[in-house]
Amino acid sequence: MDFTFTEDQLLFQESVRDFLVNEVTPERIRRCWESGTGRDPELWGQLAELGLTGMTVPEAFGGLGMSEVDFVLLAQECGYVALPEPLVHTVLVAVPMLAELGGALAAEWLPKIASGEALVVVGLEENQLVEDAHVADLLLLQQGDSLFAASRDQVDLRYNESVDPSRKLYAVTVSSGATEVARAADAQALIARALNRGALGSAAQALGLAQRMVEISVQYTSERQQFGQAIGAFQAVKHHMANVAVRLEYAKAPVYRAAYELAVSGERSGRAVSHAKLVACEAANLAAKNCIQVHGAMGYTWEVDLHIFMKKAWALANTWGDAGFHKSRVADDIFADNAALGAGATFA
Amino acid sequence: MNLEYTDKQNAFREQVRSWLAANVPAEPLQSFDTAEGFAQHRQWEATLNEGRWGMVTWPEELGGRGCDLIEWLIFEEEYYRARAPLRVNQNGIFLLGPTLMEYGTEEQKARILPKMANGEEVWAQGWSEPNAGSDMAAIRSTARLEGDKYIINGQKTWSTRAVWADWCFGMFRTDPDSERHRGLTFILVPLDSPGITVRPIPQLDGLPGFAEIFFDNVEVAVENRLGDEGAGWSVAMATAGFERGLMLRSPARFQETARRLVELYRDNRASADRDPAVKDAVIRSYLDAESYCLTTYQTACRLNKGGKIGAESSTNKIFWSELDQSMHATAMSILGARAELLPHAPDAKGVGNWLDGWLFSQSGPIYAGTNEVQRNIIAERMLGMPRR
Repeated sequence: MDFTFTEDQLLFQESVRDFLVNEVTPERIRRCWESGTGRDPELWGQLAELGLTGMTVPEAFGGLGMSEVDFVLLAQECGYVALPEPLVHTVLVAVPMLAELGGALAAEWLPKIASGEALVVVGLEENQLVEDAHVADLLLLQQGDSLFAASRDQVDLRYNESVDPSRKLYAVTVSSGATEVARAADAQALIARALNRGALGSAAQALGLAQRMVEISVQYTSERQQFGQAIGAFQAVKHHMANVAVRLEYAKAPVYRAAYELAVSGERSGRAVSHAKLVACEAANLAAKNCIQVHGAMGYTWEVDLHIFMKKAWALANTWGDAGFHKSRVADDIFADNAALGAGATFA
Repeated sequence: MNLEYTDKQNAFREQVRSWLAANVPAEPLQSFDTAEGFAQHRQWEATLNEGRWGMVTWPEELGGRGCDLIEWLIFEEEYYRARAPLRVNQNGIFLLGPTLMEYGTEEQKARILPKMANGEEVWAQGWSEPNAGSDMAAIRSTARLEGDKYIINGQKTWSTRAVWADWCFGMFRTDPDSERHRGLTFILVPLDSPGITVRPIPQLDGLPGFAEIFFDNVEVAVENRLGDEGAGWSVAMATAGFERGLMLRSPARFQETARRLVELYRDNRASADRDPAVKDAVIRSYLDAESYCLTTYQTACRLNKGGKIGAESSTNKIFWSELDQSMHATAMSILGARAELLPHAPDAKGVGNWLDGWLFSQSGPIYAGTNEVQRNIIAERMLGMPRR
């Protein structure tokens, strides 16, 4: 029993955090919002150079061959800066699906993902829309009980604007020539695993987003003076922040546990992922609610950076299975007749 | 990261499980807030100690097993699964014991710990005073050193287990000119000393779970001072740290409550689902109990590897106390019209001990530092918000 990260994993987290905090500033995110595609190819190149796009690509295909446990802390850091680039999607969803599909598809696309030359996106019906379809070189799309691979010229796209200007969402119709790459039970298994990994990615980012919103708000309330003192000295304001800190503190271990279960393909990964997604997104939503409140009217403006993080938190809460999906899954599990519950059951 | 138990940990669990299966009393003991129940629980402590299961984290030479924190969590999981009796001497073994090991002299450890371990001496807490509750540094009870004795005067209150306990520990002001947390000294007091009056205070359930203690020129030998004179605050903080921390409220307790809540819901689903909020509350209870377990394991693993407990540990007490309250509130909703019935009422079929738990859960956000004080600590020490 060792529920800790290795020194290497923690050092990697620290160096990626330093990089992201320096490079992915709120100013750069705002510039991205106004660019044509909403993407930042220079940043993507930098991420690839650091090996990040190839984190989970097998070494044989030019990647680092790492696991969900290795990446989960980095996904958290992506949330901390509200990274607009689809790194979490790539590392946790697209790459593992390609690797599981194997064959020519994996051989062709995985090296290009690792080098940063290509972007592959996955579209599941649970998400309804597909992120970054407009810049994808390959799309892996669920159509009922089948999975299709399509290039961008084999699909029609309809853009949908999100509350989070970083998220570019498309309704995708397969027009012609797409290839069925998996069907029936095989496809269902691939789709289920992709959904779990996507949910883990959203949960981990939610942790980082909540952390960042709290830090922004602690700083603001320590500076803002009213009634002759910093408003952060008022208990009503303190308790708003403390309530977030409590929910956030207890959401971390479930997210790391979910990463572990996915990495070892544990039997309980479904329940673990749903648990992680529910509590992490709830913590981030509470952070958004309490942080805008302690900002007063400033929090309701476009100008103050808080909304960059708040809006991503709101959006991610309903990706890769909304609360209804995940709560139902937990309910089915724990209300079953033979459910293993109670003291001693957690790791049994 | 490896979230599987080792063979040694699994073997330890088996050992705990089989000992408990053979030794836990078949009939539940009476409440330890009754004279008879107190005696039963004292006997249970002796039984545990004979099996060397009383204080598994204590060193072997003191009758423990030198268990690390993961083994402690495993022990607790088995203990709660087996529905073993509550620990009447928890003030002693979980709070004072570890503090004594850190601050006590060899003579004190040899004199006090064995009798604490076998239940011969049960301990009460003596922190709060009528005007020193959340503001513990406002303590006014005094201890005046005369020769080799302290002369103690004043009053303590909300002293848990004091009605039948043998000793109490607490803080007293030894420097009459001192203010706040300076000039306080940690002293251990035999409750049968002349000049002590214990006045029981009935709790919400009508039983005297705590008491006021009046000190009228009580003489206590100086050998019962723990730590240096005037250093009481830092000794007490160590004790309060244990109280909030892992030892007193390990996750097993709440996971068992969550499991029973899921079962209660399943058994009463038709009526429970008339309120759509109930199902959600049951799911949340399960998830939060699970989160508490996962987070505690994570902390325990970090501490086992030499890590230090940080300011984030002040989130702990808020989390479990509010979880406990909401789980019991949910159970009361499910029980509906029967929820108010005492367990022995003739038509109280199926109410279990939820009402008792509900009453007790009201104390969680209050004792060991109110949750409001905890929130201030989190905001100031963990998040760095301004004091003024």
